[in-house]
Amino acid sequence: MQQLWLIPLFPLLGFLLNGVLGRRASRGIVNALAIGSVLASFLWSLKVLGALWPLEQSHLEQYFTWIQAGDVRIGYDLAVDRLTAVMLMVVTGVGLLIHIYSIGYMAAEGGYYRFFAYLNLFMFFMLTLVLAANFLLLFVGWEGVGLCSYLLIGFWFLKSSATNAANKAFIVNRIGDFGFSLAIYLIYINFGSLDFGQVFRAVAAKPVEPGLGMLTAVGLLLLVGATGKSAQIPLYVWLPDAMEGPTPVSALIHAATMVTAGVYMVARCSVIYLHAPLALETVGVIGLATAFFAATIGLTQFDIKKVFAYSTISQLGYMFLGAGTGAFGAGIYHLWTHAFFKALLFLGAGSLIHALGEQDLRKMGGLRASTPITFWTLLCAAFSISGFPFTAGFFSKDEILLAAHHHAPWMYWVGTLTAGMTAFYVFRAIFLAFYGEPRGWRHAHESPPVMTAPLVVLAVLSLGGGLAPVSRWLAPLFPAAEGHHDVGLVMISVAAGLVGMALAWWFYVARPGLAERTAKRLGTLYRVVYNKYFVDEIYQAVFLRPLVEGSRRLLWQRVDAGWIDGTVNGIGSKACAVGNALRRIQSGDIRSYAAWLLLGSLVALLGAAAAGGAR
Amino acid sequence: MTAAGVPLSWYLALGGLLFMLGAAGFVFRRNIITMFMSVELMLNAANLTFVALAYRLDQVDGLVLAFFVMVVAAAEAAVGLAIILCVFRTRASLHIEEVQSLRD
Repeated sequence: MQQLWLIPLFPLLGFLLNGVLGRRASRGIVNALAIGSVLASFLWSLKVLGALWPLEQSHLEQYFTWIQAGDVRIGYDLAVDRLTAVMLMVVTGVGLLIHIYSIGYMAAEGGYYRFFAYLNLFMFFMLTLVLAANFLLLFVGWEGVGLCSYLLIGFWFLKSSATNAANKAFIVNRIGDFGFSLAIYLIYINFGSLDFGQVFRAVAAKPVEPGLGMLTAVGLLLLVGATGKSAQIPLYVWLPDAMEGPTPVSALIHAATMVTAGVYMVARCSVIYLHAPLALETVGVIGLATAFFAATIGLTQFDIKKVFAYSTISQLGYMFLGAGTGAFGAGIYHLWTHAFFKALLFLGAGSLIHALGEQDLRKMGGLRASTPITFWTLLCAAFSISGFPFTAGFFSKDEILLAAHHHAPWMYWVGTLTAGMTAFYVFRAIFLAFYGEPRGWRHAHESPPVMTAPLVVLAVLSLGGGLAPVSRWLAPLFPAAEGHHDVGLVMISVAAGLVGMALAWWFYVARPGLAERTAKRLGTLYRVVYNKYFVDEIYQAVFLRPLVEGSRRLLWQRVDAGWIDGTVNGIGSKACAVGNALRRIQSGDIRSYAAWLLLGSLVALLGAAAAGGAR
Repeated sequence: MTAAGVPLSWYLALGGLLFMLGAAGFVFRRNIITMFMSVELMLNAANLTFVALAYRLDQVDGLVLAFFVMVVAAAEAAVGLAIILCVFRTRASLHIEEVQSLRD
C-alpha cells in the first residue's frame, strides 16, 4: 500500500481548516495551510511515484465499498499508472506554483481565506478525478471541479458579470455532464461494472465496431462530456466568459488542469475509442475544428485574458486532435507542456493586470522596461506555444501534427495553419503589451517576488518541459500510434510558427496602424470574427430564446397562470357565485323564513302522501 | 265522557284550522306581538290535537306531550317577550320589517 488516499486528503484538510477557521486566522496561517497542503500532496505524489518507479503496471488500491446495492458494487478505489502520474505532476506541481503566486495576486482582495479554501477544494476534486479507478469516482471529481470552477469564476460575486459567467459555465457543463452520465449508465448496463480495469478488459475482448454500435455510442457520449469540460465545439462558449474569475483561477482551472480533464478522460478511455473508430474520428474532427476556429477568434480579441482563453480552447483542440488521430500519448504530452506555457501566459497576464489594473491590450504598450521579469517570462511562454524549435511546445505540437498527417494529410495542413495563427495572436498580445508607446497608463510596477518566482519556474519548464519524453513513456498504455519522424513536415510547421511571429512583428511593431487598416479593409469578415462568429448570439436565438420565451409565454402565462391558476381561481369564484345566489334566501325577514318553512313542510307532507305514507 | 258526541275529526279539523290561522297570522302580520300570539296559537292547536288523540286512543303519551308543550310555551313566552322588549327599546318600533339586521 502506498497510501494514495493521502494525496487528495491534504488539500481537503486545507479546505476544511481554511474554510472553517480561515475567517479569523491571520494571512500567514491561511497561506501556510493552503500552500502547505498542496506542497504535502506534491511531495507525497513524488514519494509514491518514486516508490512505484518505473510504474510499468497500474497500481490499484481499494479502500472501502462506497455503494453497495444489489449487484452494484462501487468501491472507493484509487489507482496510479503512468497516465495518472503525468496528471499528478501537472496538477500538484503547477497547482503549487499557482497557489504561491496567488499570495501576491490576491493580497489586496477581500475573501482571502475563501479564495484559498476554494482552491484547495479544487485540488482535492482534481486529484480525486485523476486518481479514480472507476467511472463513478471519476465523475465525483469531474462534478467537484465543476463546482469549484463555478465558485471561483463567481468569486467576485458582487459583480453581476462574474455571477452570470459562473452560471453560464455551470449550466453549459450540465449539458456535457448529462452526456457523460448517460455514457456511465450505458457502460454499466453493458459491462456490469464501472471499474476501469474490468470495463477496459471487456472492451478489449470485443471486435472493433465498423459502424454505429454500443461502443460508438459510449464514445460519443463520453465526448459530449469532454466537450463540456474541455471547452470544445459546440460547448466551448463558457470558457471565454470564465475569465471573469481571478487570474490565478484562470491559470489553474481554466488553462492548466480542469479543462484538460476531458483530454485525460478520452485518453483514459482510449480502449473504447480504439474499438469505435467513428467516435475516435469525431474526436479528431471536433478537436481540429475547435483548434482552428478558436485560433481565428483569438486573432482579433483585445482583452489579454480573452486572447489566452481562446488560445486555451485552441490548444485543447490540438490535444483532442492528437487523441482523435490515435496519438493519445501525443495529446497527453501536449497537455503536459501546455500546462506550463499556458499557466505562465495567464500568470504573466495576471502580473500585468496587477501592475496596471487594466487588461485591455489597447491601453497597454511599452511595458517592457517597467515589468522586465514578466516580459521575459511571457516571451518564453510565447515561444513555447508557437512551437519555436526545442521549446516544450515544439515537441508536443509536432508530435500531434505528425500523427495528424499520418491519419489524414488535410488535418496536418489545417493544424499547421492554426499553428501559424497561434504564433501570430500570442506575439500580437506580447507586442501590443510590451512594445510601442505607452497608451494611457502612467505608472506600472513589477510584481513582488512571490509572483515572479513562479513565473520564472514556469518559464524554465516552458522551455525545457518538453525534454521529458512523456509520449514515449506513455507508449505502453496506448497501442503504438505509428509516428514516423518526417523532418520536412516538422520544418513546415516550424516555419508556419515563424511566419506567424514575423507577421505579428510586421503588423504591430514595424508598421503600427497597419492592423487597423487591414481590419477596415476586411470589413464584414473582421467584424464577424471579432464578434466571435456571433456564436453566443446564435445560441441565444436558437436555444435560449425559445426556452425562455416558451417558458414565459406558454408554461408560465398559459399553463400556469391560465390553466392551473384558472382552475383554482375558477373553483373559488364559482363557489362565490353560488354563495351569492344562495345569499338571497337569507333575507333577514323572519316571515319569509316562516313562509318557506311552511311551504317546505307542505311539500314534504304532500310528498309523503303521494308516496303512500298517508293511507 | 262529556264529549262522546263530538267526533274526533272535528277536533282535528279545529286543530288544523287553528294551526293554519296561526301560521297565516305569523306570515302575514307585521306586528311582532301579533306574530308572537300567532305562534302561541299554533302551539295550542298542536296541543288540542295531542289531547284529542290521547283521549281517543286512550294513551297517556299525548297528555304528557301537551304538558311539555305548555312548559316550552311558557319558557318561550318569557324569552320571547324579553326579546320583544329589547327590540322595542333599541328601535322604538314593533314593526317586523325593521328587524332585518341579521341579513347582513
